[in-house]
Amino acid sequence: MAQASAPMAAATPARDLGRDLAGLALILAAGLAGYWLFPDNLSFLTRLISVALLVLSLDLIVGYCGIASLGQAALYGAGAYAAGIACLNGVTEPFLLILIGAAAGAVTGLLMGTVMLRAHGLPQLVLSIAIVQLLHEAANKAAWLTGGSDGLAGMVPAPLFGLFEFDLWGRAAYLFGLGLLVAVFVALKLLVRSPFGMVCRGLKEDPLRVSALGISAFPVLLRMFVISGAVAGMGGALGAISTQVVGLDSVSFELSANALVMLVLGGLGNLYGALIGTVVFMAVEHVVAAIDPFHWMTLVGALLIAIVLFAPRGLSGTLDEAARILARRPRRAGP
Amino acid sequence: MQTALSIALDAFAYGMALFIICIGLSLTMGLMRLVNLAHGAFAMIGGYIASYAARDLGLGYGYGFGIALAVAGTVLIAVPLERLLFRRIYDRSALSQVLMTIGITFCVIGITNYVFGPTLKTIPLPADLARPIDLGFRSIAGHRLFVIASGLAVAGGLWFLIERTGFGIKLRAAVENAPMSRALGVRTELIYAASFALAVALAAFGGAVGAEFLPIEPYYALRYMVTFLVVVSVGGAGSIPGALAACLLLGAIDVTGRYLMPDFGNFFFYLAVILVVCAFPRGLMGRAP
Repeated sequence: MAQASAPMAAATPARDLGRDLAGLALILAAGLAGYWLFPDNLSFLTRLISVALLVLSLDLIVGYCGIASLGQAALYGAGAYAAGIACLNGVTEPFLLILIGAAAGAVTGLLMGTVMLRAHGLPQLVLSIAIVQLLHEAANKAAWLTGGSDGLAGMVPAPLFGLFEFDLWGRAAYLFGLGLLVAVFVALKLLVRSPFGMVCRGLKEDPLRVSALGISAFPVLLRMFVISGAVAGMGGALGAISTQVVGLDSVSFELSANALVMLVLGGLGNLYGALIGTVVFMAVEHVVAAIDPFHWMTLVGALLIAIVLFAPRGLSGTLDEAARILARRPRRAGP
Repeated sequence: MQTALSIALDAFAYGMALFIICIGLSLTMGLMRLVNLAHGAFAMIGGYIASYAARDLGLGYGYGFGIALAVAGTVLIAVPLERLLFRRIYDRSALSQVLMTIGITFCVIGITNYVFGPTLKTIPLPADLARPIDLGFRSIAGHRLFVIASGLAVAGGLWFLIERTGFGIKLRAAVENAPMSRALGVRTELIYAASFALAVALAAFGGAVGAEFLPIEPYYALRYMVTFLVVVSVGGAGSIPGALAACLLLGAIDVTGRYLMPDFGNFFFYLAVILVVCAFPRGLMGRAP
């Protein structure tokens, strides 16, 4: 888990590969452990994976490009509704539904990015909120297409590979989701290390310098918005397939704000952080919110204050520091 | 014509209630560079105290006493928060400020619900404000007139305070260049604390006075957080005329939409927000950073 947050300082490619494979193995092991340990909670775990994809997509925007967004659920909801509507209209192949969700998310990401990148700072944040609220109202009003406040229900996806049914226990849905998460994670890991990912980081750290190098910010950031939209859309589609319901809450300000909280809890600009934050947040919510939703709110609030004051790099950053101190190893520096 | 007039008067009063609350936020954001999403929480605390004073302490003291107690009580709650929490994030990134103040908002909601319960709280109006007042061409609820007058008084008072008094000069100096002001003997910490208290006092006042438009309940802080943020960013942070214009414009769109097309809820409100922010990325009257 001790993934260095600055790959530029990475020691050797071979060592990186080893760390990545170990990280992937850990994700897979954790996923499969969940499958064996909580066979009665698989639908919750599948929802967790679906939200993890949303948080990963938000990390691309916030953590790697430095654009604060409180409207990421717009992309997630677009994917969820697109997959839901397609499924009700006879497209039931699960892989195709995921692709439809990704495409819908990407198109929404293109629009959202075009609008949001016009402003900076606070107005940008407000634009992200306005976009998700606008889509929420639109989904609420277009009842003939989206089911309005009742939502869409009754989607029955075709069996996975024609063999495994998406049944009540949700085994197929969970393993399908886990596979999707691992595939997306590998792709994103490659993406953030690519020259394109580096340019995005550069734009976050020092936009003036990057533009002095002759790189125009808008197309780069817009491309990242589209990729982020595709990832969030896949998350939404996975949610639609596994729960077989799409509600208005999938395109809400609350979901967007929660996603941001999970991301910051785990650690910005770190793909493992996005996963850790999602798992910790949703697991605690699952337990505490069942007792009293208002206690849960107080707890999240106190947690947020504590993170900002004491652990600005989130859980993954703190784990990283702890590992370093335990190993009594100086911080790796230089190229 | 009658409908148009009553919509216009309603929209004007609603815009003014928004203005009283939002101008405090606009000042913290524009002058102190603090994105304070907990501003709505302070307005809510003000509303709760006013409601408690007017309903449970006995009506003998009256409406004005309730509002005064709301302002004083909320500032008393806010000052330790400023010393313990807000002071540490003045120089941090906008994202840290957003997260910390959302956290404070969540805590306030949870605690408020625990103490006062989830029900709606009302603030009983005195007889003078509850009855309609004849303006000659139209009669208007006394309370709305009171809100409009309060809004205008707040706008005028703030303008005078910032542009024409010694405190205003020190505040503007501390905002422009804090180290230089300190070198010249301005106690910037005190100035910041005072303007923070002023912003909170305005929030509490607005929360108590505007309770007819924005009903007091535990989710108040979260429900209207977006609205307040939107108003400030449309108006341009730190600008009094900008905030006034944004409140009147968005209030008019919101109220008109509700009257004429109630089915579409906030659709036109947010559409207008996106269009305005795209056309004026720094707000209607925002200053260059």
